[in-house]
Amino acid sequence: MKFGVVVFPGSNCDHDAYYASSVNAGYDVEYLWHKDSSIPSDIDCIILPGGFSYGDYLRCGAIARFSPIMNEVIRFANNGKYVIGICNGFQILTESGLLPGTLLKNNNLKFICKDVYLKVENTNTHFTKEYKSNEVIRIPIAHGEGNYFAEESVISELEDKNRVIFRYTGADGNFDVAANPNGSVNDIAGIISAGGNVLGMMPHPERYSDNILGCSDGIRIFISIANNLN
Amino acid sequence: MKSYKAKINITLREGILDVQGKTVEHALHSLEYKDLSHIRIGKYVELTVIAPDEQSAVEKVSSACNQLIANPIIEDFKINIEEVTK
Repeated sequence: MKFGVVVFPGSNCDHDAYYASSVNAGYDVEYLWHKDSSIPSDIDCIILPGGFSYGDYLRCGAIARFSPIMNEVIRFANNGKYVIGICNGFQILTESGLLPGTLLKNNNLKFICKDVYLKVENTNTHFTKEYKSNEVIRIPIAHGEGNYFAEESVISELEDKNRVIFRYTGADGNFDVAANPNGSVNDIAGIISAGGNVLGMMPHPERYSDNILGCSDGIRIFISIANNLN
Repeated sequence: MKSYKAKINITLREGILDVQGKTVEHALHSLEYKDLSHIRIGKYVELTVIAPDEQSAVEKVSSACNQLIANPIIEDFKINIEEVTK
């Protein structure tokens, strides 16, 4: 199992993603430069990490989406290989059309950096098999534009096909307005593609993958992917 | 070929809550500008385009807006184009 972490100018969670997948989860990993025009053939899963690629100029993820490596990432995803976009990576995935919808400014206009609770709504995916159904996990967020929005028809399709895999929830697993940090439609925190091989999420699982941090709820995403391949 | 100046106004599509606009509106109301409302905040982009005629200039800019400059899922754009005369 080998991960590839794409480094864009302005990525700042690339090292965390590298550390979580290698030191914490125990898999091989390498960095991929945004100007690369190919993906090594031994990579099983691409991680688009968090950060502020291209300074968030124009819109978050809008410029990164046209980096040379993104053509390869799109081809990689269309071949059914695994891609995870975390935070800015999720924004890049929506800009590139690999996932539907977009991320608006947080509804309180603030950059929010704190732990949130997520309910794992679908455990029958490549990314969540290691979680229990409706398990509540704690994962940090750190974003100014994480307010998930898509047209009603898109939201219905996502929900009907069980493609919303994480929702913001209270610690007790109950949904309420106060538990939704950014105004996302229907508390959506993470979705998968129609093919099920592309995951986008605003919270940062790589930041909670080491027990020394007091919580390692995020690591099971990396383990789930690896277990699919073994 | 001719040179055109394109002025592009990008705004959030109607029906999408503009939280920046709302916040500015509240601030204005607290400054006694009670009769100002429906504030929408957008972006302004200016660029020069070389094209054989105005229609192809608009088409080129429009295509750039759809592909990169605006996000059609949430934004509308208006292009104003004028030929640059030396």
